[in-house]
This record gives sequence, C-alpha cells and structure tokens, in this order.
Amino acid sequence: MVSRETRIGQLFVELADTLTDDFDPVELMQQLAEACLELLDVDATGLMLLDPRGRPRLVASSPDLMHDLELFELQSDEGPCLDVIQTGQPVLNVQVLQAQDRWPRFTAVALEAGMQSTHALPLKLRSTLVGAVNLFARKEQHLSEGDVALGQALADVAAIGLGQQRVTRDPAMLAEQMQAALNTRNVVEQAKGMLAEHSGLHPGDTFPYLRAHARQTHQTLDHVAKRVVRGQLSMADVLPGDPGASDPCEPRG
Amino acid sequence: MARADRVSQILAELLSPAVGGDGAGLGARLVSVGGRAVDVSGVGLAWMTEQGPGGTLAATDGPAQVLEEVQYSLGAGPGVDCSRRGEPQMHPDLARSGSERWLGYTDRALDAGIAAVFAFPLQVGGIKLGVLDLYNEAAGPLGQAAVDEARALAGAATAVLLHLQSSADRGELQTELAGSVFDRAEVHQATGMVAVQIGLGLADAFAVLRGRAYASGRGVNDVAHDVVTRRMRFTDDDG
Repeated sequence: MVSRETRIGQLFVELADTLTDDFDPVELMQQLAEACLELLDVDATGLMLLDPRGRPRLVASSPDLMHDLELFELQSDEGPCLDVIQTGQPVLNVQVLQAQDRWPRFTAVALEAGMQSTHALPLKLRSTLVGAVNLFARKEQHLSEGDVALGQALADVAAIGLGQQRVTRDPAMLAEQMQAALNTRNVVEQAKGMLAEHSGLHPGDTFPYLRAHARQTHQTLDHVAKRVVRGQLSMADVLPGDPGASDPCEPRG
Repeated sequence: MARADRVSQILAELLSPAVGGDGAGLGARLVSVGGRAVDVSGVGLAWMTEQGPGGTLAATDGPAQVLEEVQYSLGAGPGVDCSRRGEPQMHPDLARSGSERWLGYTDRALDAGIAAVFAFPLQVGGIKLGVLDLYNEAAGPLGQAAVDEARALAGAATAVLLHLQSSADRGELQTELAGSVFDRAEVHQATGMVAVQIGLGLADAFAVLRGRAYASGRGVNDVAHDVVTRRMRFTDDDG
C-alpha cells in the first residue's frame, strides 16, 4: 500500500495532468471532488462554481450527489458555501446540529442526508472568488490544519485550471493557443511520418501507438510527438510488436 | 474613418446575409469582401508559422489560389517576408522587385497573370498568425486609401480568426480553421518519412521535398502524396 504522502503526490500529478491533456473543466472538477474525498477524512464533496449571475451551482460531486441537489441548490440562500462566497474565507468544522439556528433549511437537508459536519473552502483565481468546495462528514469532525491546507491546495490547483480555461477569451492568449494548436498538429503528423518510415506502416496506422505511448507514460500526445521528432524518444519504444498488447484504457497510477 | 471603425464595419458586412451563402465560411467571405473593398484582382489569406507558410485559409478563385499554393510549396514569397518582418511588403511591380528575391515565385506569378502583390500581416501583438495577400493583374502601387482599407481588412481577418478560435476546445483548432491544416497533413507526414529516409532533420527534409516539387513543377502536396503512398522515396544522395 502506498503511503499517504505518495498518494497525495500522485493525485496532484493527476490533477495537473488534467490541465494539459485535452483539458475539460468538468472532468477536472470531478477529479478534484474525488481527490478531496480520498485524501480528507470526509464522506462527500461538492464543487460549486459561481454562474454568470453570481449564484453557486453544483458542477461536480463525489459520491454522485446529484440526487441530493437540494443540499447545494438551497445554498444560494443559506449555508457554508454562501458564507464562503460572501466573505472569501473558509468555513471550517461546522457541526450541523449546532448550526440549526444559523441555517435552518440547510441543516435540515444535511441531517436528512446523514451529514453531521461540514466545511467549505474558497476556489480562488488569483484574488477573484470563482466558487467553493463543500465537504461533508457523517460524524462530528474537526479537520486538522494539515487537512485544511491540503484541501485548499487541491482547490488552488483546480482554480488555476479554470483560470486557464477563462483567459482563452483574451486575444493574445487565443492567438498563442491557435499557433500552438497549429504547431502541435504539424509535429504530430511529422512524428507519424517518421514512425511510418521506421515501421513500414501507413502514417495513419501509427497514430494508435503514439496515443497509447502517451497514455501509458502519462504524457500529452504533442509532448510524445515532439520527443519523437527531436530524436529524444526511440521509435522502437513507441512501436511495440503488437498494438493490441498495449491497452490504452489501462488506468493510471 | 478610424481603422477600428472600418474594421467593425467590415465585420458587420461579413456577417450580413447580403454577402450571401451562409454555407460559405467566414474566411471565404472575407477574401471576397476584401477583393471588392480594395479593388484588386485577387485576395489570399494564409497561415504563417515560425517555420514558414502553414496553409491557405481562404483565397479567391484563380491566380490568388494558385499563388498561395506556390508560396506554400516554395516556402518563399511576399507573404513569407511580410510575416517574418511583421510589416507590409509592397511589390507594385513584381517583375522588377521580385525576380532577385524569389525567382521561382515571381516566374509563377507572372505566368498566372499577376503583376503586383501586396502583403499585410495578421498579428496580435508580437504573435504572428498569418498574412493577407492582395494580387493585381496590373502593375502599380496601391493608393493611400487602398492601403488603409487593406490594413483594416487585415485587422478584420485577425478578428475573424480569433472569433472562430474562441469556440474551439483548448489545444484544438476550430473546425473551419483546422480544415486548411488537415489539407496539409500529408506534407508533414511525408516530411517525417523523408527525414528518416535521408537521415536529416525535419527542416532539411521539408526543403528536400520542396526542392523536388519545384524541380518537377508540381505542388508540394502532390509530391508528399507520392511519398506517403510510397511511390517516391529519397536517399542520402538527395539530402
């Protein structure tokens, strides 16, 4: 069994990986929710992002709490996430039974879902608040300082990812992105050509090997392609005997 | 009129149904609107990367299309210079100014009936995206009004590219933009194959491919297709 420190490292790498590899904000949020659940001693996590009108919306949860939507929806009116959104500060170690006066509706729904304690951390992009991470536990719970710091670090990684997604509306970023996408595509084609010449395959048929190698070694496709064309990666390493032998769906880690 | 206003006007014109053909991409509309606005014989819009031409985004029928292809195949021409230098390149009399600089390109342009070429950069800050090439059958400079209009067109073209790209997934080119790059996929595949065949780097391999295309009077796309389908191969001697 791997140590907790090792596992923390792995999860951060996976999160960072999500940022570069066909970046999908929803998938990133889902990974963050799962990472919180795994690393912190909690039973449920929900990720809320502010919509354009400034209201918190559930975008991911673990386990899937979509059927308990009310727990999150009513936080437009009251609850730890609303407090985080209004103050920008974390709300920690709230014992649900003791918060009934403060948030009568939220606590009623939380208790019904079996939750005894809750916490919420800000998702901040530089100084702008973009959402909150909501944590729930079935027992009365106090998060250690280390756990809070870890939860916040996970939230920060996710916020950076969201930030990358948002700034693409900036013309210079778009222009760079366009240039990078253009170059990437060309480099991938060049790598396919080199692999084709090396193996006797048609260039199009070398693509599965390139992609499988990227997945197995946790690198992006364009990074693997760049290493091939620069001669930093042996073509024989990308082209094993049999493409069926490498399972591209093999889980990471 | 301030250039920014003219850019907005061009953009509005591009989006108006009067320009016709919802089916036509924004790039195609842009070159057709551009040709009328500046009153030139042809207009081309090309990608430019650090490595040279990246493909044709759009071009009006006829000589403009031919010369965009020639510029891509040779990796040289007024548009390439324009992108490298980041400023317009004016060749009102190509026969005089072009022969020394790019003999092959100039010959092909004159053959296609083009006597003057003007290239304007498409860039965002220091980031170069492409060029707007204007082609004229008659030699002679562009007037100041036409130069202003061409600069506004280049601004509008840049805005169109960014607009299209803003709907793309991260790391991907937007579909309409990607089409022009897909067209060149075999060229890059062939470049990779030739690099292994002659044991040289990609830039050299691409130069060899271009040289063969030029020497045989064919487009680099055609030659690349022969390489990919293994009807043509190169040896160390070709490097």
